[in-house]
Amino acid sequence: MTIVSLRDVRKSYPAPRRSADPVAAIDGVDLDVDEGDIFGIIGYSGAGKSTLVRLINALEPVTSGSITVHGTDITTLSEKDLRGVRSGIGMIFQQFNLFNAKTVRGNIDYPLLVAGVAKAERATRVAELLDFVGLSDKGDNYPDQLSGGQKQRVGIARALATSPRILLADEATSALDPETTQDVLGLLRRVNRELGITIIVITHEMEVIQSLATRVAVMEKGRVVELGDTFDVFSEPHERATKRFVSTVVKGVPQGEELEVLAARHPGRIVTVAIREDGIGQAEVFRTLAAAGVAVELIYGGVHDIQGRTFGNLTLALGGEPAAVAAAVAELSARVSITEVK
Amino acid sequence: MDDLIRLTPLFWEAFGQTLQLVWLSLLFGGLGGLVLGGLLYATRPGSLYPNAFVYGLVNVIVNIFRPIPFLIFLPAVQPLARSLGIVAIGTGFAIFAISLAASFAIGRLVEQNLLTVSPGVIEASRAAGASRLRTMFQIVIPEALGPLILGFTFAFVALVDMSAVAGYIGGGGTGNFAIQYGMRQFNPVVTWAAVFVIIVLVQLVQFFGNWLARKVMRR
Repeated sequence: MTIVSLRDVRKSYPAPRRSADPVAAIDGVDLDVDEGDIFGIIGYSGAGKSTLVRLINALEPVTSGSITVHGTDITTLSEKDLRGVRSGIGMIFQQFNLFNAKTVRGNIDYPLLVAGVAKAERATRVAELLDFVGLSDKGDNYPDQLSGGQKQRVGIARALATSPRILLADEATSALDPETTQDVLGLLRRVNRELGITIIVITHEMEVIQSLATRVAVMEKGRVVELGDTFDVFSEPHERATKRFVSTVVKGVPQGEELEVLAARHPGRIVTVAIREDGIGQAEVFRTLAAAGVAVELIYGGVHDIQGRTFGNLTLALGGEPAAVAAAVAELSARVSITEVK
Repeated sequence: MDDLIRLTPLFWEAFGQTLQLVWLSLLFGGLGGLVLGGLLYATRPGSLYPNAFVYGLVNVIVNIFRPIPFLIFLPAVQPLARSLGIVAIGTGFAIFAISLAASFAIGRLVEQNLLTVSPGVIEASRAAGASRLRTMFQIVIPEALGPLILGFTFAFVALVDMSAVAGYIGGGGTGNFAIQYGMRQFNPVVTWAAVFVIIVLVQLVQFFGNWLARKVMRR
């Protein structure tokens, strides 16, 4: 079931100078997020992803188009009704944005206070959330006494206080070190699995998408340029931006300087074999080459696991009788996607 | 020195007047400053209640009145005081004039301190479904409380300065005492006695302000 739906959404800001045109931050986006998904939106800074997420909880109004959350078009609601919508959508931030003048408990309590929950009930809920994020002993501390990872845990607890069905994560791990990032990603996965909350993740880091998202939208210049299941987008990137993102975590065909170094070291033929689930496995590739008497050396690339599915690109240096190598490559080409490197 | 001993009861009476002048003006001027500063902050473009007209108007009014030297400000607002039914001389007028001048100065201080609150924190409050008014009073002001306390401590010292000037229009207080019995009767001991208690007062208040701000900011 669709929980968030965007139709031809546009957002432009007034021109910086009188003579200039208005700046289009979001330029006609259509998106559907299914309930229970972890939906990733990836793009470089300035691609419009942060603006997009602020349109979804109506922190900013759209210029045109419609946004439906839980079946309600939020673009036509009054400010008062929007507060109710925001209360039902949790949000976490890159810089955590905790209230420094309030304790950890006070931070988590605030959305409940805003929602008009009774005092006793609030105390119970805050204790529950502290336990869920593993900070039961930090309730009376102030944010400046916590580490970055702990701060983001408080941010997550605060975002979950009113039991929202949707959680927006705006670059939630970008200010954290790699280990803490894994921690917070694990917590977000629990939020999705144990509480069934739909998560929309905004990021510029492909690792976050790889480890978390079931579906992904790639944004560039205010538009969605590629959209689909994370595995499909990873294994068959079409757009230039997508290919660049994929290349940050998955090695493809070696190019440029890397290729020169490899070519200098390996005088024979070099090919890149794409390992895909629907194609033949690695074992079959190596068996075919071995049977033809070709000496194989794995020189570049790797195999990856995304959402429990495997794919990768293996670059092989092939040695031996040129005719035998050519025959083996020809045989493989019929059964698996091969890129001739050298 | 003998003069000073003879004048001691008058001296303490004058000091009591100074305290009264400063505290009442700090109260009224502080409230006025909070309102002006809050308006400037909230109506600024991109803030909680952006309103170019109100922002521009308050901004211009503050900019016009704030730079007027207090010695000139006093006679300049006499007609305004009269039109409001306040006697344009003496302690009552001194409190009125200091409060008014302080409102403009404190207004700027308040605006600057509120601007130090990170926009992200405000966004977090709004994302939690809070109204703009709640965000202003339960998030923005508490977040800026430490700097606000330091700002008000700074304003207190400026008010002591103004209260001394108000002695010229019969506002009473230590400033008046120093002018009347110290300067006009060529008695530096008396003048310095007045200076000394003011230094002590300012030190005490500054220490208290620093302590309170540190407590609030937990540093």
